[in-house]
Amino acid sequence: MIRFNFKRLIIVTLSTLIFIKPLFSAETIDPIKVNWSFKELTGKFDRASLQRGFQVYKEVCASCHSMQYLSYRNLGEAGGPEFTQEEVKAIAASVEIEDGPDSQGEMFTRPGKPSDKFKSPYPNVQASTVANGGAYPPDMSVLVKARPGGADYMYSVLMGYEEPPAGMKLDDGVYYNKYMIGQKIKMASPLSDGIVEYSDGTEATMDQMAKDVTTFLAWAAEPELEERHRVGFKVIVYLILLTILVYLSMKKIWSRIDSEI
Amino acid sequence: MSDQEYTPKSKAGKWFNDRLPLLTLGSHLTDYPTPKNLNYWWTFGGILTFCLLTQIITGIVLAMHYVAHADLAFASVEHIMRNVNYGWLIRYIHSNGASMFFLAVYIHIFRSLFYGSYKSPREVIWIIGLLIYLLMMATAFMGYVLPWGQMSFWGATVITSLFSAIPLIGESITTWLWGAYSVDNPTLNRFFSLHYLFPFLILGLVVLHIWALHVPGNNNPIGIDLKKPSKDTVPFHPYITIKDAFALLLFMIIFSGFVFFSPNVLGHSDNYIPANPLVTPAHIVPEWYLLPFYAILRSVPDKLGGVILMFGSIFILFVLPWLDTSKVRSAVFRPMYRYFYWIFVVDVLLLGYMGAMPAEGIYLALARIGTIYYFLHFIVVLPVVGLLEKTDPVPMSISAPVLSSGGDPALAKKDYDKI
Repeated sequence: MIRFNFKRLIIVTLSTLIFIKPLFSAETIDPIKVNWSFKELTGKFDRASLQRGFQVYKEVCASCHSMQYLSYRNLGEAGGPEFTQEEVKAIAASVEIEDGPDSQGEMFTRPGKPSDKFKSPYPNVQASTVANGGAYPPDMSVLVKARPGGADYMYSVLMGYEEPPAGMKLDDGVYYNKYMIGQKIKMASPLSDGIVEYSDGTEATMDQMAKDVTTFLAWAAEPELEERHRVGFKVIVYLILLTILVYLSMKKIWSRIDSEI
Repeated sequence: MSDQEYTPKSKAGKWFNDRLPLLTLGSHLTDYPTPKNLNYWWTFGGILTFCLLTQIITGIVLAMHYVAHADLAFASVEHIMRNVNYGWLIRYIHSNGASMFFLAVYIHIFRSLFYGSYKSPREVIWIIGLLIYLLMMATAFMGYVLPWGQMSFWGATVITSLFSAIPLIGESITTWLWGAYSVDNPTLNRFFSLHYLFPFLILGLVVLHIWALHVPGNNNPIGIDLKKPSKDTVPFHPYITIKDAFALLLFMIIFSGFVFFSPNVLGHSDNYIPANPLVTPAHIVPEWYLLPFYAILRSVPDKLGGVILMFGSIFILFVLPWLDTSKVRSAVFRPMYRYFYWIFVVDVLLLGYMGAMPAEGIYLALARIGTIYYFLHFIVVLPVVGLLEKTDPVPMSISAPVLSSGGDPALAKKDYDKI
């Protein structure tokens, strides 16, 4: 009879696979690991960081990147930056939104309302592409979910601008970024120390701004995150309690039978 | 079936039951004699029923908010995630639910392979199960296309293009499937329609699957025929219902872990990039549950050959009951088969891993070895092992492990405890 330890076989196979993987995926550098407040199972966003991050988005990113799935009202909702209703109204009113047609059939502009979607910097993808040297600045609504590495990757790219290694030729309008896939990016380093003056007095270092805006983008991609964590915790506690009750009932019922369970 | 004649107690019940014997059916389902030694691998039938119903219910709600149009689909999914009350919860249950469904179905299938549940007299149950599995794969594939992200679009392009490998009529078939000259809005529309239809076909097949099961009754870990009802069986309710409920709750805890704490870990980040026919992703990968077949497809240098092997890898399962020559069902009493069973499990895991890796270098070489072994397992190993193997003695009943011929009872008991 052949005796055979299958568990060992599975463990050996899987660990071999995990070992050979890095040998074949050396194109990208692992992003910097940041200890985000929203990462853990009960994680929440840092409210002040979200508000600062919105400021960085508005003053820096928004000149090229759209965020078309967000509405201004989202900025005041629970689990987000939680601006007051007055602040949300003021933020919305600071942009001119094209509306219409009116009863005369004419389009007109009016100040934004909280129910409006974030105004895009360009009327369409083509206009955006041509204005940015042929590279379309991606919409930022779900950008953090759309990249492997998520928030860590986003932060790393913002911090990853360097002089290209000796011998590397870069075309005009192409920059070296060691965390970007392929190490080339068509966006110039968007952040530099003091480019934003934070209204809450925090010192606007590059690292601080990169963290703040990444936090803001992480929220934009998953505005339900805090509620999801909260509901999930309750659901799992409830399920565990119910499981214990059902287990005890099962033991009781099966005790009538001469059989193991 | 050995059900005793059932008579409803109330007069109204009797009146109704004479006209439509639903109460008799209910009585059959609760009294259904089930082997008392079923282990937890047998709870996945109930778990799968739960998965199907969860997908149908969440899917119906999603369809109320989703827009099947190439220009609007991606935005409508974001609308569900952001503006629909608990839309994020419903969508994450649905998308993770597909993965949980496949996790459960793979356990269910491999349980069947281990305990020989596909063997006579249960071949029809097995074949209906495979039809369900095929429909599940089609449904999941089309569902993955609906959010109209990059992986949706390119996954759909790769899979539908497979049909173009068919000689002469392939190109026409592909165009017919697309309803256009590439994956486009008509493709999305028909996929949505079929994605809504197929789960109900699955539901119908599930009824047949259970019906076919209730004719011979359940297989069990020692794979013997039982006299029913006897002291080896228990009524389905409450014994099996409570046990299934317990296992289902454990399953739901894991399910909730994914939904609430890492809802996107099983998906591909590229699918949050809207579909763009002009930009091909660096690596096009299907969802994890299709990876072994994807590895088989790519391991053949010839496109048509790859397609034939990929479909062959599933269709060979349909003749499995006739490829396995062993008269003993359960691997508990089949020392050689048990060895090859685990090699086969590792082979499928290996293929799955290779499906996720780029098809080059060592990955491609390993995928080819894995593919060859996959077919060898069915065509050579199973028929030969069944003939050569000296099986352990099989007990006559669950309660009293009396042996059919000679042998050492302690040995059989020892092996059984190990599983």
